[in-house]
Amino acid sequence: MAKVILDFEKPIVELEQKIAEMRELGKQIDISKEISDLELKIDDLRIDIYKNLTRWQRVQLARHPERPITSDYIKNVFTDFVELHGDRKFKDDPAIIGGFAKLNGKSVMLVGHQKGRDTKSNLYRNFGMANPEGYRKAARLFQLAEKFKKPIITLLDTPGAFPGIEAEERGQAEAIASNLMLMSKIKTPIIVVVIGEGASGGAIGIGVGDRILMLENAWYSVISPESCSSILWRSWDYKEQAAEALQLTAEDLKGHKIIDEIVSEPLGGAHNNPTAMYQNLKNVLDKEISKLSKIELSKLIRARRDKFYAMGVWQE
Amino acid sequence: MAWFQRSQTNIDDTRPREMPDGLWTKCTSCSEVIYKTELESQLYTCKKCNHHFRIGSKEYIEILIDKGTFVETEAHLTSGDPLEFVDTKAYPDRIVDSIKKTSLNDAITTGTGKIGGIEVSFCCMNFNFIGGSMGSVVGEKIYRAAKLALTKKIPLIIISASGGARMQEAPYSLMQMAKTSAILAELGENGIPFISILTDPTTGGVTASFAMLGDINIAEPGALIGFAGPRVIEQTIRKKLPAGFQKAEFLLEHGFLDCIVARYDLKNELTNILQWFKN
Repeated sequence: MAKVILDFEKPIVELEQKIAEMRELGKQIDISKEISDLELKIDDLRIDIYKNLTRWQRVQLARHPERPITSDYIKNVFTDFVELHGDRKFKDDPAIIGGFAKLNGKSVMLVGHQKGRDTKSNLYRNFGMANPEGYRKAARLFQLAEKFKKPIITLLDTPGAFPGIEAEERGQAEAIASNLMLMSKIKTPIIVVVIGEGASGGAIGIGVGDRILMLENAWYSVISPESCSSILWRSWDYKEQAAEALQLTAEDLKGHKIIDEIVSEPLGGAHNNPTAMYQNLKNVLDKEISKLSKIELSKLIRARRDKFYAMGVWQE
Repeated sequence: MAWFQRSQTNIDDTRPREMPDGLWTKCTSCSEVIYKTELESQLYTCKKCNHHFRIGSKEYIEILIDKGTFVETEAHLTSGDPLEFVDTKAYPDRIVDSIKKTSLNDAITTGTGKIGGIEVSFCCMNFNFIGGSMGSVVGEKIYRAAKLALTKKIPLIIISASGGARMQEAPYSLMQMAKTSAILAELGENGIPFISILTDPTTGGVTASFAMLGDINIAEPGALIGFAGPRVIEQTIRKKLPAGFQKAEFLLEHGFLDCIVARYDLKNELTNILQWFKN
């Protein structure tokens, strides 16, 4: 796959190309000082660019075709994954996957939206847009985890729940609603991580938990910037403004106390150094699970609910 | 593109008003001309085609709650502007305009009252307030109404009419789905009944949270009920939707409603149901 370069990454790539050319040249004459100067400049530029990303640029990073997806985290953060298929009611939804996994040797139940890597796998995964059976499979796995007292980790990465005829026939709304209620009472710790796109009901449908984490360049909101633009501005052209208005980044949501913790990404985004990303998430998850597993279950559920009850801004 | 060049119409503000202030009104479904007082006596339904006009909390209280028993609660709650949201209009201005237009403070009215002599905690959404959208105020008022039901050990009834979550409070609106669903879980754990009544239209985040979580889900005939709006589905699948798609009758057929009850039977049927829980 050809490397995908986002607009704001172009200055970095241009410098990288320049350095490569100079290295070629360096074989004949000594310009090592010039090269090392340029390399320093690249580092500064990188820090500068990624510190000052606009919200829309972060949305683009969250959708980067090389960004790690649920299956990558399963392979690289967890071990001994046993995929469990199907909702035992209708069918198996490839847009949500789940199963047994181990984190540093500890058993966990893992559930996440699954996007594809290329056109073929994206068609198979329906671009990570789940149908009701996906949410019902998740519900089945949550109950299984509760039954055997294992913590649950969910990975959110979806452009939305699928808006289709069959999804409506089979009760997309009911499937999501039931999960929201179920997750508010499941008697085992739940850690939610927004790893990429967290679009609306389709995301929160597996997103209620004790700890809500979010990767630095992920986005999470009630609607995508594009759809928001088309509804409120009556045009697809205002996605940048919509992204700003929606305040959908990890930093925004931490400020609004919607999420608990930001999981930092390597410079340049998770795709720029996946190994570092996996290691960091692994450390964070391990700490969170240790903390949560010490809390008495009735207190855990109380705190989980109170956290969501406190969300909202109004005037008395 | 400037606002005056818009090619599409608003969800709410620009659709033809269903109940103009004149003496006569036209049925939006069959075009029957109905005398206004007659429409009122028919509980805002068309005698000819049984079309149920969209009505608000004021009318539902009149129709369902025993005379003189309704006591409104939390009427003072109004919306904040946590995101300082501006689209084609600043959110606070939108709120002020809606309050002026509807004489309501937000998209839901809550209170207690009696139905057939049985006390209930009662919530009714108002579609004419920013498309009945759910933001923090709707979520908090439902939370408080449910709490009241818990404390007083009385059933909770919510009448839904909503386009979904309110975009102008983006993450907060989304979280109201979890908030309302969690408090309903507590009701269930304490044996307090929740009756959900879905009216035209109930879509998006409202359907995908409390509206679908009733111990009993009741809908009015012909009500549009769904997760995604019909326009979004048509755009996604690039096909025309079949007739009757996402109507109450379609949902009943697919197993998501307990029953469809016409407006003129609603009070009797609710009394029946409340009696069942009581005895």
